[in-house]
Amino acid sequence: MRHILRQREWVADEWRYLDEDPGSAAGVPLIVPWAQLRAAPERWRGRAGRLGAHLAPADRVEELAAALPDLSLVAVEFPNPGDGRGYSHGRLLRERLQFSGELRAVGAGVRQDQVFLLARCGFDALELAAGEDPHAALRALGRYDVAYQPGAPQVALRRQRFFAPGN
Amino acid sequence: MYRYDELDQALVDQRVAEFRDQTRRHLAGELSEEQFRPLRLRNGLYLQRHAPMLRIAIPYGLLSSTQLRKLADVARRYDRGYGHFTTRQNLQLNWPKLADVPEILAELATVQMHAMQTSGNCVRNVTADHLAGIAPDEVDDPRPYCEIIRQWATLHPEFTYLPRKFKIAVTGSAEDRAASEVHDIGLHLRRDAHGQIGFAVLVGGGLGRAPVIGVCIREFLPLPQLLSYLEAILRVYNRHGRRDNLNKARIKVLVKSLGAERFREQVEAEWQAGREHAALLPPAEVARVRACFAPPPYQALADSDVSAGREPAFQAWYRYNTRAHRVPGYRAVFVSLKAHGAVPGDMSAAQMEAVATLAERVSFGLVRTTHTQNLLLADVPQRELYRLWRELAQLGLAMPNIGTLTDMIACPGLDFCSLANAGTISVAQQIQQRFDDLDYLYDLGEIDIKMSGCMNACGHHHVGHIGVLGVDKHGEEWYQISLGGSATGFTALGEVIGPSVPRAEVAATIERIVETYRAVRLDGERFIETLRRVGLAPFRERAYAAHPAAA
Repeated sequence: MRHILRQREWVADEWRYLDEDPGSAAGVPLIVPWAQLRAAPERWRGRAGRLGAHLAPADRVEELAAALPDLSLVAVEFPNPGDGRGYSHGRLLRERLQFSGELRAVGAGVRQDQVFLLARCGFDALELAAGEDPHAALRALGRYDVAYQPGAPQVALRRQRFFAPGN
Repeated sequence: MYRYDELDQALVDQRVAEFRDQTRRHLAGELSEEQFRPLRLRNGLYLQRHAPMLRIAIPYGLLSSTQLRKLADVARRYDRGYGHFTTRQNLQLNWPKLADVPEILAELATVQMHAMQTSGNCVRNVTADHLAGIAPDEVDDPRPYCEIIRQWATLHPEFTYLPRKFKIAVTGSAEDRAASEVHDIGLHLRRDAHGQIGFAVLVGGGLGRAPVIGVCIREFLPLPQLLSYLEAILRVYNRHGRRDNLNKARIKVLVKSLGAERFREQVEAEWQAGREHAALLPPAEVARVRACFAPPPYQALADSDVSAGREPAFQAWYRYNTRAHRVPGYRAVFVSLKAHGAVPGDMSAAQMEAVATLAERVSFGLVRTTHTQNLLLADVPQRELYRLWRELAQLGLAMPNIGTLTDMIACPGLDFCSLANAGTISVAQQIQQRFDDLDYLYDLGEIDIKMSGCMNACGHHHVGHIGVLGVDKHGEEWYQISLGGSATGFTALGEVIGPSVPRAEVAATIERIVETYRAVRLDGERFIETLRRVGLAPFRERAYAAHPAAA
């Protein structure tokens, strides 16, 4: 069974992606690509069990606004470490759309050297890339205890320079 | 200058520890080169033609004597005893060993230096006018704002993996000495009717493959909103900039494809929507940083003509290598890194140490780097100039050619850089040899030659009065010549005058160009003024006249 780092705990992942389990039993928490969710919201909203959306880098995160009350999870895809669009998705979901469910980073770009910044953008769940050591990732979350910019409460800092009016 | 507080120091120290771990994992085979690459780049480390290259940040070009000494020490112990100053005011070491780099960074951290974000697709070193704080025509000193932007951009959680590199320059003077109009963001300090500080914001300038001059998207941005507005620009770029084609990934391409007006609307909308959660710049923080850049304790001196009665060599140096200062009795002094026969921008460890000591004696222990690849001692009492000249001359740092044709900008070129198509160093030396007569140089007056070894334009060839671009022609090094570019006064992009020329012909072609200028100039007319008056045609015609080899 897949494990993820959720709020700094290495836990079994109860969620399934649609393509892993197309005929998943009712009640199993299911992550559906945002493009499919957007195309047929009624179909997925009526299903028993928690619902998550899987956001690709090029998706427009603002379009999730109306769907968010039905979503317990948003998984943001990081196809490689160099594609930084998901960092903006994370902050917008937390800050502008006020999403308070699980915000998960997933993909080949989710490596120990990215997790600190991901957590600062509001990601509280990290589905690490294949081969990544969870202990190393956990340590990496504590690599810095200071920062200049405002950031998400997922990282506790000893000192910070700049603050935002609304954080 | 800015002094680290406990937060700044902790962050740099933690960064060193992180990179030490990343390097260890790479050397142990746990991180592939592909995985290591974006990490090392964000710490200034390239893998070059012969060896790694480490680009050390010199934020907005300001160094203390202590820091310059440390650079000399590092160059001597971990490299071959010299370094290369770049057009982004940074220092490059050309021969460090990969395994030593964490230790080099740890050494730099002891003097409040680092190599963070000097490469990679992130916000790079913020540059400023090298006469900041002393220029007579300044609205305000840009350096405190550069420092604030440096901090905001360092390890930014959202903007560390941008589509492409991102360069910001800040200028406080009417005359733009920071090439700000060819930056991704150029900020021009302004005061509003109430005397409040703010910025005109230019976006989408850049050199490289498709050179373009930035467009103004906001005439006046109030200072407290500086960071929130930058954040809005960066967010629009991070989300919508192209990532499918490296050559179309700079913000200038996004600005062009949307059109300046739609881009501006998107930024303004993002700014309004995001301000609650973007960093606010409180007055106390501005005051804290500004205090670090307070003027040094100048003595009450009077201006005097210290060159009167001195030998002609000193008078030439005084005229070409020193500049006016807004405090009476002081001058700003260029330390020329353009001696004929030397590599433009290169400096030996011994020279660095000697200049560090001179700076302590005559310029408050501070040294500046310029984007024209020289150093500057900004606050020298006029009565010290004669002795300083003799000392700099002994060090080979008093070549009286600042602003003249041989004060060239050149990237490291094919000799070092793995991107380059052609060499620049040998061409620079060829030009220095051909124009080795100072009287002839002085007669030509102010001419900017800027040379790049490839389209990436690290040598800013597009904005040289004379631009030289190295191109690869069937495995041979050829050079394209452009005329009419300008990075100061008002920014202009040069125009290619015709077919490229072989390496051996570059200096001769330039000579024919400047001879054309001598033939058609009016009394007192500078090279660039003549170009603008008569156009390119006569230059184009004569540049190739005696030149059947050009193809």
